Amino acid sequence: MDLAFILIQLLNGLQYGLLLFLVASGLTLVFGIMGIINLAHGSFYMVGAYLAWSLASLTGNLATAILLAIPLTVILGMGLERLLFRQLYTRDHLYQVLLTYGLILVFEELRSIIWGDDVHGVAVPALLSASIPLTENLSYPVYRLAISGVCLLLALALYLLIQKTRLGMMIRAGASNRDMVQSLGIDIKLIYTLVFALGVALAAFAGMINAPLSSVTPGMGSHVLIICFVVVVIGGIGSVKGAMAASLMIGLAETFGQVLVPEVAGMIVYVLMAIILVWRPEGLFGRK
Amino acid sequence: MSQNDKDVIARRGFLKGTAAIAGATAVGTMLPSTAALAQQGKLKIGLMLPYTGTFAQLGVAITNGFKLAIDERGGKLAGREIEFVTVDDESNPAKAPENVNKLVQRDKVDVVIGTVHSGVVMGMAKVLKESGTLWINPNGGAGAMTGAMCAPNFFRTSFSNWQTTHALGKVLKAKGHKTAVFITWKYAAGEEMMEGFKEGFEKEGGKLVKELYTPFPQVEFQALLTEIASIKPDAVVAFFAGGGAAKFLKDYQAAGLKGKIPLYGSGFLTDGVLEAVGDAGEGVETTLHYADGLDTKKDKAFRLAYAKTFKLQPDVYAVQGYDAGQLLAAGLDAVKGNVADKAGVIKGMEAAKIDSPRGVWTLSKAHNPVQDMYLRKVVGKENKTMGVAWKALADPARGCKA
Repeated sequence: MDLAFILIQLLNGLQYGLLLFLVASGLTLVFGIMGIINLAHGSFYMVGAYLAWSLASLTGNLATAILLAIPLTVILGMGLERLLFRQLYTRDHLYQVLLTYGLILVFEELRSIIWGDDVHGVAVPALLSASIPLTENLSYPVYRLAISGVCLLLALALYLLIQKTRLGMMIRAGASNRDMVQSLGIDIKLIYTLVFALGVALAAFAGMINAPLSSVTPGMGSHVLIICFVVVVIGGIGSVKGAMAASLMIGLAETFGQVLVPEVAGMIVYVLMAIILVWRPEGLFGRK
Repeated sequence: MSQNDKDVIARRGFLKGTAAIAGATAVGTMLPSTAALAQQGKLKIGLMLPYTGTFAQLGVAITNGFKLAIDERGGKLAGREIEFVTVDDESNPAKAPENVNKLVQRDKVDVVIGTVHSGVVMGMAKVLKESGTLWINPNGGAGAMTGAMCAPNFFRTSFSNWQTTHALGKVLKAKGHKTAVFITWKYAAGEEMMEGFKEGFEKEGGKLVKELYTPFPQVEFQALLTEIASIKPDAVVAFFAGGGAAKFLKDYQAAGLKGKIPLYGSGFLTDGVLEAVGDAGEGVETTLHYADGLDTKKDKAFRLAYAKTFKLQPDVYAVQGYDAGQLLAAGLDAVKGNVADKAGVIKGMEAAKIDSPRGVWTLSKAHNPVQDMYLRKVVGKENKTMGVAWKALADPARGCKA
């Protein structure tokens, strides 16, 4: 492998890592701030992808589809929080696991009823469908680069929201002491509803913009879910910064692992997780 | 929803909690058997197939094909009425022994038909080898079933993984390709197909320069596509299926490799995904035991009857299910419906010449089809037949001592 290909693989790794961050950010938010173990996170990813596909085939335009779908997923998130998750904040984690596992089954069945069990593809928007030639026989799809840009922007926006805004301050305060925040006259219930809806919307949005890259298939949420938990655990629960660092690490490890040691590529991510947890049980940026 | 699902759910509701799920098998096998009541005259066929999950459609296609074969015989086999018992195997290998035991021990079926997922097939093999129940596998291509694990009561009407790629060696040679890269998921089926291709290609003097694997069922191919571009082989051979296949075809095109390094594959790469991939599949050549546009009398009649009955277009899975029905019919005809004469049924099936929509085939000694492998080329939304790549290809059945 010469230098040019090493650089391209580096790009592959970073680009894949950014995509992972996008998918995992919603989980780390909901998990870290609200303390909810949301196994249905992958289902929201799937819902996003199917919404993008069905709306894109209706409107003929992925961008329009995404603009239409985001409000729908926010409403879905708010509805679920009001109806179901709100009952569980004071309960043990086991109840959350049972509820969200149940939701996986419900969403799979609903998906089967509404959209069927077929594999679908979403076309890359014409504006971004070009490829940039890198070597004599390899080109890089512009859409992948565009997604990386969107992921970076989103990461920055999340960081600013949580660290620099008044709402972010309330969210952080609510995460460390819910009762105190409430007695200061802040509507903590509304904040939780908003954070949960944001988490759902992020997962769904990831499914939407990723739909042209990864086909829209039944069960697509389950693989994503596992890797998301790995990201969250390596990065430190609730840390957006940690999620970013972990995503990039996993992206690079998987990319180079597949090429250099293909025989054990499937294990690399989990070995990495084990080593990091032995070294820092709270994760890279987790609170002790 | 099948009867078995209802049973499980009822029990779950009754016992509550996760412990009930673990105990479900034990409870199931202790229930008084209803099988004795249904034994008079009716032939009990157990269908163990995926009816939920990624392979749900395959399970339905196989069931449809199988039932079509029986319908054509007036809903009976060798004069005996049929009773179906259905189990959804969810393509879950961990549940395979439990599920097949439901059919063998609780329902006491005469024949087991199943299944799609190779891992589940291997789980079934262990149980059925012990019980000796007649078993027809209408899909899962795990080599060991008709290899090291082979048994007199094991039959397959589909393919072995090895068969689906072996003929490609000849195809690549004929096109003048001298080097190739094989890319697939790192799991049993992928590795068996790689072996099948490697053997065929090296026999023709070709060189497999690299085997690339990605963990099952991951679909992030960018790193491996970059690797392919850096190796610059004459051809790429791939095995993926379903959503993974669709994604691979699209990524191959997006990476600019399409048109520069020709892509070949086991037929599953381009089966059932052409609607989803736009023009990314165009021109890809694959080998499989079935193709579009075979244009034989049998195939036309089958396609028409299937479309009429189920309002669906048949696919290779439907053909395999249909042939499972035909094979069972041949076995039962040989003993005039007396399924208790197991040796007779086995002999009848061994001797059968199955007039399949894919063409006539017979069974090998290890009970795997000896069949023509077609070369197919993606043209529009079809896997058009380009002729026979290998006449009467038989699986080597390595390790089979039966």
